[in-house]
Amino acid sequence: MPAEPAAFALPETAVPAAASRGWRLPIFPLGVIGLFLLVALVAPLLGLPDPHAQSLRNRFKPPVWEDAGSWKHPLGTDRLGRDMLSRIVWGSRISLSAGVITVLLASAFGAAVGLTAGYYGGRVDAVLMRVTDATMSFPVILLALILAVTVGPSFTNVVVAIAVILWARYARVMRGQVLTLMQLDFIAQARLAGAGAWRIITRHLVPNTLGTLLVLVTLQIGYVIIVEASLSFLGAGIPPPTPAWGSMIAEGRDVVTSAWWVSLFPGLAILLVVLAFNLLGDWLRDTFDPKLRQL
Amino acid sequence: MTPSPVTPPPVAPFVIDVRELRTHLVTRWGTVRAVDGVSFAIGEGETLGLVGESGSGKSMTCLSLVRLVPRPAARILGGQVLLDGLDVLTRSEDEMRRIRGRRIGMILQDPMSSLNPVFSIGMQMREPVALYHGLRGAALTDRAVALLAAVRIPSPAQRLRAFPHQLSGGMRQRVVGAMAIAAPPRLLIADEPTTSLDLTIQAQYLGLLKELQQRHRFALIFVTHNLGIVAKICDRVAVMYAGRIVEMGPVRRLFTRPAHPYSRALLESIPRLGARAERLTAIEGQPPDLARLPGGCAFAPRCPHVMERCRVEAPPERPVGDGHVARCWLETPA
Repeated sequence: MPAEPAAFALPETAVPAAASRGWRLPIFPLGVIGLFLLVALVAPLLGLPDPHAQSLRNRFKPPVWEDAGSWKHPLGTDRLGRDMLSRIVWGSRISLSAGVITVLLASAFGAAVGLTAGYYGGRVDAVLMRVTDATMSFPVILLALILAVTVGPSFTNVVVAIAVILWARYARVMRGQVLTLMQLDFIAQARLAGAGAWRIITRHLVPNTLGTLLVLVTLQIGYVIIVEASLSFLGAGIPPPTPAWGSMIAEGRDVVTSAWWVSLFPGLAILLVVLAFNLLGDWLRDTFDPKLRQL
Repeated sequence: MTPSPVTPPPVAPFVIDVRELRTHLVTRWGTVRAVDGVSFAIGEGETLGLVGESGSGKSMTCLSLVRLVPRPAARILGGQVLLDGLDVLTRSEDEMRRIRGRRIGMILQDPMSSLNPVFSIGMQMREPVALYHGLRGAALTDRAVALLAAVRIPSPAQRLRAFPHQLSGGMRQRVVGAMAIAAPPRLLIADEPTTSLDLTIQAQYLGLLKELQQRHRFALIFVTHNLGIVAKICDRVAVMYAGRIVEMGPVRRLFTRPAHPYSRALLESIPRLGARAERLTAIEGQPPDLARLPGGCAFAPRCPHVMERCRVEAPPERPVGDGHVARCWLETPA
């Protein structure tokens, strides 16, 4: 500022950085997630070919921009002549619902465990946290493989296998938050005003941890989608012929040098969705809870 | 706002009568006798100042009155806490919840964290009021506004929509005060409510407390380090040391003629404007380790007048004047 400095004017830097940055919505992540959600919801109305319809004469048709491609199959076809675009659209239903359902189950259970452990403390806390530690030390993929081998692979088993282990993260994070909150006077003040355990948990602890929970849920959806895809890739996830992105990649891996589109497009779909959820989670964290860098 | 007559009623049965209260903490380093046989009684509209060093058992005494001592370490082991004649210590946990807030209110030290950050003042104010008075809707809001007005919060109706972070420390402490007197309680415990407020706000807040007390006639326990505040607002003062009340009496009398060497030392450690003393008198030695108390008087190791007897036998509480008691062998002829 070349003008004479006003004696009482605040320097520019006095404006808090957060305030000057303003409220910027994350367009890209919201757009990608919104698009995939919309497409998954209205998949039957899109007029796409049946994702299960086979046509051996049309095997390994390349995407439309290749010489042999056509608008009949914009993203080409797979080994059995099924339309790739249609399969990716229908596969988004599997990936997104697996991600959301698993994370909702895991977060509800984990949050309840964490709240109980943090609120009651002492022996309750010790027992619940040891169970949590034990759970966290168990690999998700291994449990899912065991379930797939013994009970058989299915959507339900994938969700159960991931949720049964994923809740532990929520329990840990929630317990940490609750322990911090319990030190604050408003909890003591609520108790002094005659509030019981239920009231303190629902009115004071849960509302103050929702931000963290939301951040963790968003970040975990991406993670769950990856795990589900990995399980499907390994054949322990959603069984064929249901289109799942993981198993689609697996089907294309032998022909990746000649028919690269069979593996590439489902892979891109996973990449886009997971990236979008992670970016959204980061944004939520920075907006609601800048202290939570470690999540 | 017609203030009730200022003259205290004849010394009727006490609002709160604490007898031989004992609360111990079981820790890794041994059993700490945080509250070790504390007795006092406060009448309607009366204010008792509770002073002492950190760790002398002031806060633990207060928490014992509402049975919210930190579990599982702390245990209330004995004594009676008679609230209007009925023992609080023998009530069920459900009954206790109805006593807290309704009959015994409490204000804590830190105004910055004593309100829930995610709810507006209005939502937090309405909750106890709805609970205590069974009000709903417009009547409930009116009562909340009236309470905020009673603690001198400007434009209270607008403030209901504010969130805690939009209020200053003094304002927040007023809101906490408003919630504490919502019932209104028979006994209000204020645990250093002004320590983190600046001086002018402190004075306003103390004035407000006294005003509320005159209107609602509650008994008030004021916990503080600040003897100046005690002199200003308390009727009587109890000096705590190592879990015991070592001296208790009317403020004026105890301040002019302290009987216990510890009270004397406390009073001498206040800087006085215009006094000629070059240095402030500090109390020699460290506060005792409550897990390893000496056999006799707990103050003996630091006492300038210590005698043979002090190290062997704890002195009993003896009257040393009108309504004035002390635990010291100096005051007790052998």
